[in-house]
Amino acid sequence: MQDQDLCAAQNRGVRELGAEKLVGWDEVQQGVVINSFDGDATGIVHQKAEERVYSDFNSYTATVASWRVQKPVFNIDVCIDCQNCWVWCPDSSIISRDKQMLGIDYDHCKGCGVCVEVCPTNPKSLLMFTEHTELDAALSGWPEKTKKEEK
Amino acid sequence: MAITSIKNLKEFSTNNDRFEGAHLLCPGCAHSMIVRELMNCTDDNLVISTNTGCLEVSTAVYPYTSWDTSWIHIGFENAATAISGAEAMYKARKRKGTLKDPDAPVKFVAFGGDGSTYDIGFQWLSGAMERGHDFTYICLDNENYANTGGQRSSSTPIGATTTTAQAGSHSYGKKEKKKDIVSIMAAHGAPYVAQLAPNKWKSMAQGFQKALGTEGPCFINTVSACTTEWRFDPKDTIHITDLATDSLMFPIYEIIDGHELNILYRPKNVIPVEEYLAAQGRYKHLFKPEHKHVIESIQKEIDQKWEMLQRREEARI
Repeated sequence: MQDQDLCAAQNRGVRELGAEKLVGWDEVQQGVVINSFDGDATGIVHQKAEERVYSDFNSYTATVASWRVQKPVFNIDVCIDCQNCWVWCPDSSIISRDKQMLGIDYDHCKGCGVCVEVCPTNPKSLLMFTEHTELDAALSGWPEKTKKEEK
Repeated sequence: MAITSIKNLKEFSTNNDRFEGAHLLCPGCAHSMIVRELMNCTDDNLVISTNTGCLEVSTAVYPYTSWDTSWIHIGFENAATAISGAEAMYKARKRKGTLKDPDAPVKFVAFGGDGSTYDIGFQWLSGAMERGHDFTYICLDNENYANTGGQRSSSTPIGATTTTAQAGSHSYGKKEKKKDIVSIMAAHGAPYVAQLAPNKWKSMAQGFQKALGTEGPCFINTVSACTTEWRFDPKDTIHITDLATDSLMFPIYEIIDGHELNILYRPKNVIPVEEYLAAQGRYKHLFKPEHKHVIESIQKEIDQKWEMLQRREEARI
């Protein structure tokens, strides 16, 4: 249903930081260039994350998942693809392809909750759950649509 | 193939991020929202330099970099100088015909925090603006030196408590007013100067595109809510920025060629500044009876500023 591993998993784990390539931070020469990509980086702007060849130095290959206490869970059934979460996600963790929201990149999400706050649907299509909540458990307990309070 | 107009958010979301995740900015930091938006609003090659500050130290923690473009790490004060140099060299090499791909469009951008823009890098920025290099300087204004523990900067507004302007029994926090950097930059005669906010993503993207498309030095001051030093919940970043723009604490406007002022966002319901102040821990002390007069003076100042902006917009001078 949700392709949450779309971009992150393909590149991660396979390419560990090579020990021979990596020198200590205090051994780095002044004016050194660190490449974000392996090989030619021309046209990177037209490539989606899964098409790019990230180098070991790109933070895309790192993870900040351990920062999270709570995680956002995405319910595709309620989503209207407004892309509010995409534009305001500070960690580039909302995976959007062809104008559709596909899921959350849990390797880069820090669990700040901005996406949940800016979600305009009723009920929200993104909600925060504690980190160990299973996806099915979270989705099965999704709240119903709330009626507007009568004035 | 430059992106020329952004019609809606769905269309905007088809752009591919060039600012990668797993940088070490705080959860909910507005810095990365602004940087992502700048890099998404253009297809051109970017050369970026960054002053020391939260953005720089968090996006280039060895061995990782979060930048998918050419990015120069430079001292606290001289991002404007570094980007001037890069731009001058680019022009020279273009003239001499030594560029590998002379037709590829390149844009030069410098990022700085408010400490490095308002205070430490002010002279360098002023120099670069005066020399008229073709670059865009973006100030990520979070109103304090957040990277070093929240000291006051000349961008900190009156009444806010910081680690070096503490509120206490004899003090209501910072006593001096915020420097009006937008007017100062407009006075340099810069072709495009603006103040923008990430909650109004469309005006921000359009402002960025205007600045990138304008020949000459452009300056943009962006409001960057700081969850750590403004003391609010990380999830409320956009809410706080909404309050800032709707209370007119941060009016969104642009100044073209140093004189033509356009207001880019007029709140339908202007909210009292108390709501903006009450949402943040750094203004908590102002709600004590002895400091209430500070809130009144802030409100008065905001009203005067808004009146001034509206009149200047009408006058077209």
